[in-house]
Amino acid sequence: MNGIHDMGGVHGYGPIIREDNEPVFHHDWEGKALALARVGLAGGHFNLDEFRHAMERIAPVDYLAISYYERWLEGTLMMLDQKGVISREEFQARLTELSGEGS
Amino acid sequence: MTSDADVALRVRALESLLLEKGLVEAPAIDEIIDLFENRLGPQNGAKVIARAWTDPEFKARLLANATDAIVEMGYEAVQGEDMVVVENTPRIHNLVVCTLCSCFPWATLGLPPVWYKSAPYRARAASDPRGVLAEFGTAIADDAEVRVWDSNAELRYMVLPERPAGSEGMSEEDLLALVTRDSMIGVSHAVTP
Repeated sequence: MNGIHDMGGVHGYGPIIREDNEPVFHHDWEGKALALARVGLAGGHFNLDEFRHAMERIAPVDYLAISYYERWLEGTLMMLDQKGVISREEFQARLTELSGEGS
Repeated sequence: MTSDADVALRVRALESLLLEKGLVEAPAIDEIIDLFENRLGPQNGAKVIARAWTDPEFKARLLANATDAIVEMGYEAVQGEDMVVVENTPRIHNLVVCTLCSCFPWATLGLPPVWYKSAPYRARAASDPRGVLAEFGTAIADDAEVRVWDSNAELRYMVLPERPAGSEGMSEEDLLALVTRDSMIGVSHAVTP
């Protein structure tokens, strides 16, 4: 299946931006997003191919706009919802609850 | 584009639900982060390369069956993937990419840098590898063949860079400093001592 993720040979993305002494993670949440995806995989809630396919189903505009580990997070959320582990509604409710705490 | 605070909150929401449901325990999350931050990384790959430069029998095993040779060095595949090591020579230069996403040999190189996962590299490594090498400041003979290897979830590539001139008398341990992450991806040469 082709799609926005199938980037080999596409023109127009510009120069390759590199960072000297790049850290493994730029934010604490990035490591956590990776870890939670791996928890989903290790727990057998979804497999690696399903997870990759979930990230490939992120809407093209979003796929380009969000960062790498956001794609991991959104892929994990999609799979957990699809497998009936954590529904979108349940996630949204928790998000609202936590947002309230912070304000 | 979501702000970092918003994404951090989304991650926290997911984490709290997984913890609450007993699907993960907090130390397990910390353990995974520690693995990727501290234990996996190009320092592992460098040991494989330095040994291949100094031990011809190991090099032959590495090129014949990289998965087994790398396990022999103590680096188990993180995702059960198979490994292929491709050798650079004066005639052949190898370059590794993952056009579809970010597949990378985690056990030997750790997590990939941002540029490896970025659209410009994924797009152009496939269509204009010589241009990409020039962008990295890596000179390749005009008549050398450039081979591009597109990684996937099951099969991941690592480059065996050419042992640099002037390193002939160096010990395996001293050679480690010459083996960079980028030289094992193929976007640059090993460091000349």
